[in-house]
Amino acid sequence: MARKDVDEISGTETTGHEWDGIKELDTPMPRWWLGMFWATIVWAIGYWIVYPAWPGITSYTHGVLDHSQRDEVMANVAALKAARAVQEKALAKASLADIQKNPDLLQFAMAEGKTAFGDNCAPCHGAGGQGAHGYPNLNDDVWLWGGKLSDIQHTITVGVRSTSPETRQSQMPAFGRDGVLKPAQVDDLVEYVVHISGRPADARAIRRATALFADNCAACHRQDGKGNRTMGAPNLTDNEWEYGATRDDIRDQIWNGHGGVMPTWGGRLSPEEIKALAVYVHNLGGGE
Amino acid sequence: MHTVISSDKQPDKPAGMAADGVARSDAVATNSAANRKLYKSRVPIYPKEAEGHYRSMKWAMMAFTLTIYYVTPWLRWNRGASAPNQAVLVDLAHERFYFFFIEIWPQEVYYITGLLILSAVALFLVNALFGRLWCGYSCPQTVWTDLFIWVETKIEGDRNARMRLAAAPWSVGKIAKRVSKHAVWLMFAVATGGAWVFYYNDAPTLLHQLFNGTASLSNYFAVAGLAFTTYTLGGLMREQVCTYMCPWPRIQAAMTDNEALCVTYRRDRGEPRGAHKKGESWDGRGSCIDCNQCVAVCPMGIDIRDGAQLECINCGLCVDACDDVMGKIGQPSRLIAYDTEANILRRQAGKASRYRFMRPRTILYAGILAGVSAIMLLTLTFRHTLDLDVIRDRNPDHVRLTDGAVRNAYTIKLMNRSGQARTLKLGVSGIKARQIRLIGDGEIVSSVPLSVEADKVRTVRILVTVAPADLSTSRSLTFSLADGNEKREVQTVFVPGDAR
Repeated sequence: MARKDVDEISGTETTGHEWDGIKELDTPMPRWWLGMFWATIVWAIGYWIVYPAWPGITSYTHGVLDHSQRDEVMANVAALKAARAVQEKALAKASLADIQKNPDLLQFAMAEGKTAFGDNCAPCHGAGGQGAHGYPNLNDDVWLWGGKLSDIQHTITVGVRSTSPETRQSQMPAFGRDGVLKPAQVDDLVEYVVHISGRPADARAIRRATALFADNCAACHRQDGKGNRTMGAPNLTDNEWEYGATRDDIRDQIWNGHGGVMPTWGGRLSPEEIKALAVYVHNLGGGE
Repeated sequence: MHTVISSDKQPDKPAGMAADGVARSDAVATNSAANRKLYKSRVPIYPKEAEGHYRSMKWAMMAFTLTIYYVTPWLRWNRGASAPNQAVLVDLAHERFYFFFIEIWPQEVYYITGLLILSAVALFLVNALFGRLWCGYSCPQTVWTDLFIWVETKIEGDRNARMRLAAAPWSVGKIAKRVSKHAVWLMFAVATGGAWVFYYNDAPTLLHQLFNGTASLSNYFAVAGLAFTTYTLGGLMREQVCTYMCPWPRIQAAMTDNEALCVTYRRDRGEPRGAHKKGESWDGRGSCIDCNQCVAVCPMGIDIRDGAQLECINCGLCVDACDDVMGKIGQPSRLIAYDTEANILRRQAGKASRYRFMRPRTILYAGILAGVSAIMLLTLTFRHTLDLDVIRDRNPDHVRLTDGAVRNAYTIKLMNRSGQARTLKLGVSGIKARQIRLIGDGEIVSSVPLSVEADKVRTVRILVTVAPADLSTSRSLTFSLADGNEKREVQTVFVPGDAR
């Protein structure tokens, strides 16, 4: 061991390194810091023994407590399910009308419905069920497939144009794209639809399109254009348009025949969850 | 454990006598200008136990404040079945704060703000009048430090004995004393942390749980954490906390002036100081015999004769020590006293002392204090036992129906702050609506009775639909909640949308 070199001014030992007459002080770590340092090492060793710590080839060291955060979560979920069991059972038994009448059950269903809506429905229908272009608004009084509690429950269960054999099924033809109608005929139909929704339109085009509407559209949308819920055919005479209200929007719809898909939720969600969802959607305000 | 050492009354060894019957202490102020360095390690302080007027007051304050602290959670207060019966309780799980007849909900946290403002202004006022009385007598740091020094004195003896023990090599006796001292400190520390958690839980239940191991982990952690801080701050760090950690000594310089009553060495009377022999004349010299007893008793380790300084906590123990000495040498007491800097200057100029409690700053502080107290008292007196919050749906902010009518939805929280279940009347007015509907309850004509449980919030959802013809005049509406004469109203907005 070399002779100790002590700095005169600070009284601290140096490392022995020197650059242009400047020496590096070897100031010891503060004692409190060293204490913490050793304490953390001791703590770590204890931690390895008590908790899962080291990875192995196929497994890992479990520690004497055999603690697992996953087990903890599963236990929490199980405890939550147990805590909800009574109300969940009541929800399963109650009819939709009963739920609506029972304040406690209604509150439970609304809370569960809100969560389920946020998890499953909000990506398309919006967080508040306000809808978007091509995705129906669930707040208003327009219902393609019916707005009663039972209708809503069924729509959620089977979906629309989806995989369930019972799914709500209908298809608006792509009249223009598939060459069923000529472009001029489509233009006339646009004027006709604008007219029946209560807006000014070209009178000659309307006359020309009357027969066209009866031949091509009335089967689903009915002669008066008020739509047909068994076919999911929207009312063309009101102010609400799923694919837009302008002439261009309407032309696009007749030409291409858009039809959205809603998944079959039966089997993915429990019947209780679907029930709660139906109650929640119904109570957004538009339910019938 | 009870080891009162006879050498307590022996004079400090090397310093000799300051006057007949008065030993000179070798105590040196830890902050004296002579040994002040930029980086200084801690100088241990062994405060001598004082006796006298202010020491008694400090004991009384200690007993008083500690009693409040330890006993309060055990006081009971009957609030009926709907609320806990603990007089003072911070119920975090249920979001309530109970203080005797007052119950505060989270929405009313401004009462806490008001209390903090009151405390701050009261601190300013007391400081302007009497200097740092808070620091000297009632600050928890002072109280617990005092308590811990008392324990130390009982086990290890007074100043000289403690100094000797510190310097002595390790022996069975020293180990025994040290171990018992720290053990007693820890007991007090655990009791202190333990008392704290009782403010947040039902005290009798929790005490039972703490001992049979069924209390929640957070309670054990809180007890351990507070025990640790009490032990460290009160036992180990003591005056270091006041000098280096607490911001108040630095702020108070701006809050005080030379008319504030502070512990003051009356240098106009004391100087020039020096040892005095029996029979010598007192002419041409001051009353201070430089016995250093004021330094020896100081829990902050300072010399009050150096003048006002940030370390001084105004506790008055040096007054007691000095009075004792003055009595022995037959001089008038209160060479050190609660006095003002202005008075020293007045006496030096040959004028009489006077105490000016009415000063612009004290009047201002007292005014603010009275104002804030009055506001707090008024709001508390006329506090409503019911309230409502109206949250308008923003997503979507309005819904247009097929016939052009527009619907807005409102989530309403009905709060019943009383101890009884009540039927509150929720009313809607100020709008010509086609339909007002309560989810789960059907249509509302103008008001609907809704039952709300005691001390609970009930949430309801209301849909308001306005016909197309009335949209242009519908911009707002008012929800009201009433029970007899008590009524609260909230005006809110109606969004008619871009009515076509």
